[in-house]
Parts: sequence; structure tokens; C-alpha cells
Amino acid sequence: MTNREITIVHLYPEKMNIYGDNGNVLVLKRRLEWHGYEPHVIDYNVGDAFPEHVDILVGGGGQDSGQISIHDDLMKVGPRLQELADHDTPMLLVCGLYQLFGKFFKTADGTNLKGIGIFDIETHATNERLIGNVISHNDTFGDIIGYENHSGQTYLGERAQPFARVKKGAGNNSQDKHEGARYRNVIGTYLHGSLLPKNPRIADFMIEIAVRKRYGDFSPQVIDDLFADLARDVASQRPR
Amino acid sequence: MFTKLTVPIGKAVRALMRLRGGGSALPGLIVERLDPDFVKRTLIDLPHGVVLVSGTNGKTTTTKMVVSLLESAGLKVFTNRTGSNFVRGVAAALVKDVDLTGHLDADVAVLELDEAHAVRFIEVIKPRTSLLLNVMRDQLDRFGEIDSTARLLTTVAQATSRNVILNREDPRIRDIAKQLSDSQNITYFGLSDIVRANFPNDDDIHSLRLVEQQNLPEASVLLMGYGDGEATLSINQQIYTTKLKIRGIYNVFNAAAAVATVRAVLGDDTSNADLINSLSNVTPAFGRGETLIIDHQPLELVLVKNPSGFRLSLQSFDPTNYATMIAINDNYADGRDMSWLWDVEFDSLTEEGVAMVTGVRAYDMALRLQYDEITVDKVDPDIDSALKQFVKSNRSKPKRIYCTYTAMLAIRKSLRRLTKVEIVS
Repeated sequence: MTNREITIVHLYPEKMNIYGDNGNVLVLKRRLEWHGYEPHVIDYNVGDAFPEHVDILVGGGGQDSGQISIHDDLMKVGPRLQELADHDTPMLLVCGLYQLFGKFFKTADGTNLKGIGIFDIETHATNERLIGNVISHNDTFGDIIGYENHSGQTYLGERAQPFARVKKGAGNNSQDKHEGARYRNVIGTYLHGSLLPKNPRIADFMIEIAVRKRYGDFSPQVIDDLFADLARDVASQRPR
Repeated sequence: MFTKLTVPIGKAVRALMRLRGGGSALPGLIVERLDPDFVKRTLIDLPHGVVLVSGTNGKTTTTKMVVSLLESAGLKVFTNRTGSNFVRGVAAALVKDVDLTGHLDADVAVLELDEAHAVRFIEVIKPRTSLLLNVMRDQLDRFGEIDSTARLLTTVAQATSRNVILNREDPRIRDIAKQLSDSQNITYFGLSDIVRANFPNDDDIHSLRLVEQQNLPEASVLLMGYGDGEATLSINQQIYTTKLKIRGIYNVFNAAAAVATVRAVLGDDTSNADLINSLSNVTPAFGRGETLIIDHQPLELVLVKNPSGFRLSLQSFDPTNYATMIAINDNYADGRDMSWLWDVEFDSLTEEGVAMVTGVRAYDMALRLQYDEITVDKVDPDIDSALKQFVKSNRSKPKRIYCTYTAMLAIRKSLRRLTKVEIVS
């Protein structure tokens, strides 16, 4: 049981880290500890050597300027990320990096910012900012509670699976009620809040896959999620 | 002809509103409708013009310091004291202070305006002096991204006719200088290398380390050191140490900003020794680090509204032997998005734990503390009942409450009902 290490890679914490994205990393780290594993967090920033071994990868949102400054580097490590995704590595991409894991992001001035194409999605900048509390639903994870704040609107291509269906709020765009995208164990979403603290089932799903992939078996401990449950109840009743 | 009636009508409305109890911006609204030029006409002839204070953190306290320092230097100062920091609020405050002919007996106006309202205000009247404090990710749900907030402040700086005072430690504020004209007088305030690590800017906070700063411009006022209710400032390379009544290390940096601003307004022949002496007498603004006495024990209210402010507050106050309560609301004025709690580290509370967590988002806060493995004795989202229990179970201890804006208002109201509240500072 002891000394079983799990490596979490935090993608671009310097530039893509706008809405409490540290919270997602902290939740994975603590829950791994509480389940009896030894988390090891690696910050990957522009120009760093990409880590040899990745068990879990997390990436967050950024300003437009942040997206532009990481873009070249992301294109460089794109093939490595695709390979990890194809090998079922659990990943969580929120907002800005969710967009850049897609095919392209067309910015407000008409620039086409190419993505790495792990998701078959495209994003268009708009003048409308989608802001507020969100409840979405996924059959595996149940209701997902979060907060969105984005003006890029995302549309799924033919090969893309939505991550969840919106019950309250906007999600990918103001029209089709899709929220996020899913490819193998890669989850893309607009929800922060942060996402994982109030949705521990998603955190444990990522942890279980990572541990099983690396060590074959997973023996979870019981974690007291009472505060998370109560925080979910309150959040789901708050105004948009 | 009509404008002659503006002030009497505004004042009458104000008197009526006060009879009903409570102030309001309604007189401001009515004046604005009757006489759209009222604010401009009243402020345009002030001998030292308008000083505008904006930025994410520290506006209220810094404005208060600038006002006190200017008053100590013998100036008559008009200011929007009650936190009515929008054009209509300024109009309402003016209605109160002008005489019946509409004349304002003041040498200078010092106005606190948030970024969005500042941009509207400069369309009414251009400030002679602007002090731009910082850009932090506060209430992003209201302003969108922080780069666009920085653009709002750039617009304010460009519209300023004479003095622009900038925080050289905040890259988004520092860069505003590049877009100003040669005719503008740019002054910086800043931090010495020794203290800089304790004042992370937004980039530092979000990458969880100090981002290296290069080619910093020279600052006319530098904070050199602080501690034990004292601060050391360097003003044009001269060193001064003074006692401060204002608490919290972030306010000490704001003191440097205020000194730089007042020197710009009054000119370089100001006596620095007099300025420093006046600074030592400034008291905290409403709800920001004030201390009340309840059951013979101090109770401190600390306003927190974004990650940088919360972090600096936790660094400022030693939790040893104190009972700590945290009150988090998510009303519009607080910001609805709870993500910011995850950008604050609560390690400093590990030893003493947290006695009570309350507010609409109490469970979000408790959840945050759980992941920093900090003991929480009790969670009760109802502020009234939480406060009663907190005071009752910690009678013999000094107490400290970290609270968001609307939680602070609720706590003050509740405290007044609980006991006679004596405000000591």
C-alpha cells in the first residue's frame, strides 16, 4: 500500500490558471493521500522539459493573452498529449485549455488560434459573456455543480461526445445545451468553481483510472464528503 | 434658469430621504436628470482639481489616507465617503456638501471609483491626478478578464490631465506608463526587494511563486519595511519610520501610494516630515480591520473580497490565542463565483483551527478548509445564530472574523442587536 506514487502534471499553471484551477490539483493531491497514495505534482510551464511519466493531467483557464503566450509550446507538446490521451490517461481541461484541446479557437479579432485537436470541437469568440452558476448532468457522475465565465462559444463536431447536458446555465454555447466534451478519459469542461471540490466523484474517477493503469488494482478509503454534499445543495439553489 | 433649482431640489429630496431613515443615491439620480452638468460644473474650478483613486484592492483605505494627508496640509477636501463610488453617488455626496447657490467650498476632490465607474466618470470630468493601485482578479464575473480591467484603467490614466501615480510592482499597472503622453507627470510607488516577497501581485499568486521583475522604474516612494504597527518609507531616497494606526500589511503599502499621490498634488516642496507625521494619525475605514469590544474582549472585523486580500489579511494577523470565524456570502456585491477561495492558502490557521464558519456559502468555505486539513469546530450558514454561538463559546478570548462585504454588513447589524457595540478604532 505505501509509497505508491502517482504523478499529477499541472499544465501551464503560470499562464493558464484563472479561476481557482489550483483547487482541482489540490483536491486530486489530497484525495490521493487520503486513499493511501503518494501524489507528486509537477508544474509544466512554457519551455520546460515535458515530464517522462504522467498519471493524471490537469489544465485550466486563462486570459486571451495567456492562451496566446502558451500557444507555440502547446503545439510542440501536442503530439505527446495526444499519445497520452490515446493511452487512456485521465485528464481534466477547464475553459481556456479545453478550447485549445479542440480544433481551433477563433478570437475576437478574427485570428484563428489552432488547437491540438484531441477534441473534435471548435470555438468562436462572441460578444456575449456566459456567466453564472451551472448544473449539468452526466449519467456516470450524476449532477455536476459548477460556475462558468466565458465568451468563447464551443460547438461539437461529428466525432465529439458531450461531457454533460446542461440543466441550468449555458454550457458550451447559448444554444445546444451541451456542456464540455469527453474523449476516452479526457474531460473538457467550462465548469470551474473549482470543479473537483464540489464534484468529488469526478476526482475519484480520475484517481481510480490512474491508479489501476499504473498499479493494476485500487483500494479506495472512505472519505467524508459531507461538506461537499452540503455545498452542492446550497450552490444548486443559488441564483444564476 | 433651471440649473438654479438643482441644488435646492436635490437637498430637499435628500432631507426627505433622511426623514424616512437611511441615505440614498436618489438625490443624485434626480440631480443627474434635472441637470446633467451639475457634477462637472461643481468640480471643475477646484484649485487642486480632482484626484481619482482606482484599482481592485485598497481603494477605500487609500482614499481615506489621501484625504487625511491633504487635510493635515491645510486643504479643504471633498470626498465620497460612504462608499458611493459611482457618478450618481458622487452627485448625491455633492448635493449634501454644496451651499444653496451650488458652490462647493473645497480646494480639491478625492474620489474613490471602481474601474468600470471610473471610465464613466472621466467622461463627465477629467481628473487632474489619478492613483492606480493594482489589478487583481476580483469579481471577474462582473468585469470579464483582468486584461480588460487593466485597459479600463489605461483609459482613466490617459484622460488624466497632470499627475498619474502608478504601482510599479504590478506589471499591468506599470505598463500603463507606455501609453501615456510626455506632458503627463508619471510617479511610481513601490516595494524594496526585502519586503516584495510579502506582497504578491496577481501573477505571483496564480503561479504560486514570485515572478521575476526586470527594469523596474525608479519609485519616488518606497516601502522599505514594516512590523509591530510601524512602517519605514523612503521618500526621494530619504528614510522615515513612523507608527501607524491602520492595521494589515496591505494598508502599509497603500500608505506609500497615498504619500506619493499627496506629494504629486501638493508639489515637491511639501514637507515629508509633516506628511509622515500626519500619516501616523490616520484611522481605518469602515469595516476594514476595525476593532470592537464585546464582553471586554476585542473583536476584529476583517473584510476579505478576493484572493490577494484574503492572503495578505491571513499574513497580517497572528491567529495565536484568537478565536477565528469566517463568513462567506455570494451576493452580487461579494461576487457569485466561489473559485477565489481555492486561490487562498489557509495553512496559517492550522494550529488554532477555525471556531465557526458561516454565511450563505459556509459549506464551500468549510470544504476549502477540509482540503487544507484545518479543524472546523462548527458550521452554521445563518449569520445571526453563528455569531451568537461564536461570541458565547469564546467569551474569554479575543476574536477575529474574516468576512465578505455583505457578510460584514450582516455581522455589524447582528452585533448591534447582541450588545452595545463600542468602536475603538
